Amino acid sequence: MGTVAAHGLCKSFGKVQALDGVTLDVPDGSFFVVLGPSGAGKTTTLRAIAGLEKLDAGSVHLDGRDATGDAPATRDLAMVFQNYALYPRHTVYENIASPLRARRCSSREIAAAVERMSSLLHIERLLQRRPAQLSGGEMQRVALARALVRRPRAFLMDEPLTNLDLKLRVEMRTELTRIHRSLGATVVYVTNDQVEALSMADQVAVLKEGKVQQVGTPTEVYERPANRWVAGFVGSPPISLLACHAEGDRLVGAQGWTLPRPRWTTAQGGRALLLGLRAEDLSVEQCGDASLSGELYGLEPLGDRTVVDVLVGTEILKVKARPTVTGRPGERLSVAVDLDRAHLFDADTGLSLSGAGR
Amino acid sequence: MAVSVDEAVSTGPARDHPPPARRLGGRSRSVLEVALLTVLAVVMLFPVLWMIETSIKENRDVYAVPAEFFGFTVTMDHFKDVFVGPDGGRSALSVAFLNSILVAGASTVLATVLGVPAAWAYSRFAVKAKKDQLFFILSTRFMPPVVVVIPIFLMYRQVGLIDTKLGLILIYAAYNLPFTIWMMKGFVDEVPAEYEDAAMLDGYTRLQAFRRFTLPLLVPGIAATAVFALIFSWNEFVFAIFLTSSDSVRTAPPAIAGLIGGTTVDWGLVAAASVVFALPVLVFAYLVRKHLIAGVTLGAVRR
Ligand SMILES: Nc1ncnc2c1ncn2[C@@H]1O[C@H](COP(=O)(O)OP(=O)(O)O)[C@@H](O)[C@H]1O
Ligand SMILES: [Mg+2]
Repeated sequence: MGTVAAHGLCKSFGKVQALDGVTLDVPDGSFFVVLGPSGAGKTTTLRAIAGLEKLDAGSVHLDGRDATGDAPATRDLAMVFQNYALYPRHTVYENIASPLRARRCSSREIAAAVERMSSLLHIERLLQRRPAQLSGGEMQRVALARALVRRPRAFLMDEPLTNLDLKLRVEMRTELTRIHRSLGATVVYVTNDQVEALSMADQVAVLKEGKVQQVGTPTEVYERPANRWVAGFVGSPPISLLACHAEGDRLVGAQGWTLPRPRWTTAQGGRALLLGLRAEDLSVEQCGDASLSGELYGLEPLGDRTVVDVLVGTEILKVKARPTVTGRPGERLSVAVDLDRAHLFDADTGLSLSGAGR
Repeated sequence: MAVSVDEAVSTGPARDHPPPARRLGGRSRSVLEVALLTVLAVVMLFPVLWMIETSIKENRDVYAVPAEFFGFTVTMDHFKDVFVGPDGGRSALSVAFLNSILVAGASTVLATVLGVPAAWAYSRFAVKAKKDQLFFILSTRFMPPVVVVIPIFLMYRQVGLIDTKLGLILIYAAYNLPFTIWMMKGFVDEVPAEYEDAAMLDGYTRLQAFRRFTLPLLVPGIAATAVFALIFSWNEFVFAIFLTSSDSVRTAPPAIAGLIGGTTVDWGLVAAASVVFALPVLVFAYLVRKHLIAGVTLGAVRR
């Protein structure tokens, strides 16, 4: 039980407009990820939902009830803070027990709950330590335990995995997803890591400079980015954007190339456009109907694959290739383009021009 | 105070940047440094030593010309006179010391009880015109007590606070409050607000969050601030001499001053009273010296 709806959140700190009309609708039981770069307003959004930030405008509804002015304690939310905010004088045990103590649970209940949480998050050994004696990753797990120890209306998590090392992060990602499924709890999860967003989310809201750029499932955000910025932020290696314009049934690149004009686009002739091509929709190993020619600029082996940088005129195309690919910088290459999966953006507004029919 | 700058620096949290080795111990000081420090110590401490010596000399030795530094008879009579009156009962000075303890203690407690929450509020909340308010509060300290003592005297006479301990307690608390707020605000600023945020999400109210999670972290700061307030109230002379007159109300500073000015001055008694007066603050400051250093170096060690 727990829906979170934020409407038109506005918040400025002096001259900085941290939130500029943020609207989020988090359905009951969903894992909702707010994705954005540092400084986008993610933390401020969470704090606004939690009632820790006084809003300039906008409302927060919890379970359909207006909770905009409510005190944090009455909102029945649990939060994992970006910088943990573990109580320095309290042991790990007392930190985890704190939400239950505030609710006057019996010490038997508390002991059982803390034990459950500590085994879930593998921190049994740490219970008698104080936060100063923990590593960053351990603190983060304690912060998670403190949030998960009770069943609030919704969990708010502010980059809870960023400080873990990669192995633990991947492990915790699966673990969190599993916990979410088993509890059926509503989670609002903030991250700047698009892999985390795509792998864990039921829904993603992409945030930039206090404005929501797009809300959708991970697939929607990845496959149909609403604008060039979302396209560039989501996906690794980042999407390649080539300047061009439409001429009749062709796309003419600023660097002199031409490609057939995709059927799906609504772009009008004469406008400055950006052709967005993801690395996996390009190939240097196959030939296709549509291709671009350029020269090899560099190879970036990543183990399971190699990213080939191809220089087309003065623009770089990132192309995904098998790890066995070889080549010499300067070598001429032909890059096959899967135009059905390409994206077109208006160069001025940045908005997607890919028609709805895709 | 008996704390060297070196000690203050090396006990501060600036451990990451150890001071140059030359500064770490006394042994490796240069000869010049030792010589200068010795001269300085003698100059600074001579009046104190002289006071202590006078307090244990017999009157005969006190007035001896030339003065005897070493060959005098030690006596505790002056200290007895501080506490026991000529009639065998309590002396006026001992009453004054008790008054000083009460007035300094109560005014410090009052200033702390009011100042700590105020500092917390100024640190945590968006108060309108916060900077102006804080400056105004501080500006009340720009004035020396002498400037305001006449109007306060008149007001106190109107409301019947003249020549009462309560009157002194109130004026000292009022005078210490700005200082308490400013110093405590520095300490509250150092405690991340997130602890309270986390506590509120745990289910505590704002005040509970402050009491349970922030206040314990402020104890060293409160101790440091209280010592400074206490020292001010303990030493305060101007308000005390203007606003009080009777022996049962007077605090120690005007009482000691009152010993001087008759036809003869009992210097032994004055010295003994001064030693007794200086001791509590010295002992107290020594006991809380760590906190004092935390208070003094506040700002200097900010990350
Ligand atoms: N308490 C604050 N005072 C001033 N500026 C703030 C404060 N909190 C956040 N900001 C500013 O608001 C913007 C958004 O911050 P934040 O929500 O923390 O971003 P994110 O969590 O996405 O990195 C940033 O430009 C940040 O500098
Ligand atoms: Mg943040």
